[in-house]
Amino acid sequence: MTAHLDQLKNALDGAPGTVVERLGELTLTLHRADDLLPVMARLRDDESLRFELLTDVCGMDYSAYGSDISENGAYFAADDAPAKFPHRFAAVYHLLSTAHNHRLRVRVFAEDDALPTVESVTGIWPNASWYEREAFDLFGIVFTGHADLRRILTDYGFIGNPFRKDFPLSGNVEMRYDAEQRRIVYQPVSIDPREITPRIVREEHYGRH
Amino acid sequence: MSEIKNYTLNFGPQHPAAHGVLRLVLELDGEVVERADPHIGLLHRGTEKLAEHKTFLQAAPYMDRLDYVSMMCNEHAYVMAIERLLGLEVPLRAQYIRVMFDEITRVLNHLLWLGASGIDLGAMTMFFYTFREREDLLDAYEAVSGARMHAAYYRPGGVYRDLPDSMAHYQPSKVHSASVVKKMNENRQGSLLDFLEDFTNRFPKHVDEYETLLTDNRIWKQRTVGIGVVSPERARALGFTGPMLRGSGIAWDLRKQQPYEVYDRMEFDIPVGVEGDCYDRYLVRVEEMRQSNRIIKQCIDWLRKNPGPVMAEDHKVAPPRREAMKENMEELIHHFKLFTEGMHVPEGEVYSAVEHPKGEFGIYLVSDGANKPYRMKIRAPGFAHLSSLDEMTRGHMIADVVAIIGTQDIVFGEVDR
Repeated sequence: MTAHLDQLKNALDGAPGTVVERLGELTLTLHRADDLLPVMARLRDDESLRFELLTDVCGMDYSAYGSDISENGAYFAADDAPAKFPHRFAAVYHLLSTAHNHRLRVRVFAEDDALPTVESVTGIWPNASWYEREAFDLFGIVFTGHADLRRILTDYGFIGNPFRKDFPLSGNVEMRYDAEQRRIVYQPVSIDPREITPRIVREEHYGRH
Repeated sequence: MSEIKNYTLNFGPQHPAAHGVLRLVLELDGEVVERADPHIGLLHRGTEKLAEHKTFLQAAPYMDRLDYVSMMCNEHAYVMAIERLLGLEVPLRAQYIRVMFDEITRVLNHLLWLGASGIDLGAMTMFFYTFREREDLLDAYEAVSGARMHAAYYRPGGVYRDLPDSMAHYQPSKVHSASVVKKMNENRQGSLLDFLEDFTNRFPKHVDEYETLLTDNRIWKQRTVGIGVVSPERARALGFTGPMLRGSGIAWDLRKQQPYEVYDRMEFDIPVGVEGDCYDRYLVRVEEMRQSNRIIKQCIDWLRKNPGPVMAEDHKVAPPRREAMKENMEELIHHFKLFTEGMHVPEGEVYSAVEHPKGEFGIYLVSDGANKPYRMKIRAPGFAHLSSLDEMTRGHMIADVVAIIGTQDIVFGEVDR
């Protein structure tokens, strides 16, 4: 397996990003979001890479990374905490090559925190369409060049991006049947958020020596 | 005669052939599908978000509820992700138990699939046959975990407990007389392994029965041959995995290509299709059941000969034994900390994938060193398969849509998460 990884590492030489190996997996973090499409096209078409399968696209919100501050069922970073990541949002792609039997993780940060945008890879892997719709729905990452960027998992007419760290776990609205109006109505949530086990971040190597 | 116009049809979410809560908007030209737009998310429970608010152990039972017909395989990917982040070694016996139950799960899943897609295409009998065998395997689930379906049996560091020495017996009742019950209990006299061995001896014959009903059945072939054809190139581009990819002729199986646990010690074959149509995928799944049966047999043999621990000894991660906990102060503290605060998983990210009955099921786990996951992403095979529905159904008749949904083996617990 390690010989495998070294080969892949060599093949990735010259890619505009940092390659990190950990736990037997390679992660390529791109320096600039603009490089995404050429890099991805090369990853699929280069003879020594041939990642013809896109297994997953995962939206990420790094805003509360390493923090254990929570309020009303949402997580926040401490005000004075140094940011570990250059930007708040990222898209993480998992690629698989059935020809060479290797995997790669590619991470690209959306450079604008207020309106995160990443270029769509639907032109390279058609099945990216639904994954990108999912990340758009849950994180509000806009994939430019996607032909049909609609919400996919949340309700029709849903407001907000539920997987962002500052979105409360129990949501903002609840639904019930109103006997008077004789239809379904939405209203602000009536349940109080509660956290039975708090999130705790300990010093490094806590309990493992 | 009036002119036939294009119209839009709403299929589901309450249609039995939608296999759960699929709302499918079909644009039709007469009876031919021009465009299919699946609307999913009706069963979205936000499992990934919930996991961010639970400790690592508390999130494990959610895994059963993803693909609720192959429970233990989901758990497997999740506990493997945690174990890899922790660098935790799992005892060999636990690895064999996991492989055995992964294969039992595969048989369970394929049996349900065979029964349900049989009904979809008008073969009612299949459902009764397959549920007869499923019952035995669900009893095996119940024997090890106490639950027929949502087992929560795999834990980080091993499995919850060792295999039981006895099986539950049926009791006489109004509907079953004592003599009937005696017959029903015949294969339940020994341990779980005896019970499973009896099952593996009977099972190939049952698969033959299914095949006599379907494989050369003219109606079955008319409904499946040449329907939903996917070329190998398209299968890769659409992100297919599992039987969907193998049905298109690509011999790709994580149990062989990237073996985990003790799959590299198992002897089994990977069936592949030729045409890439619904019929080939049916043949692939039926053959997989036979191969799973072989693996279960090998596991039973090994497990009989090799007793041992089934849980790692690291008590920062795996709970101590009950007796030790009652007598030893340190173990008591471990137990208390583990079930209140939970384990702390070192900072890092990992993607662990298993060959789930439906395809590649992966867990992408990001930990920032806390007692809860920072982010958990579930890579569900059904999600990728369903997204190809538009392409697969285009140009087919509306009745074939049912066959194609059936062949994709969709379960909404995992698609919607």
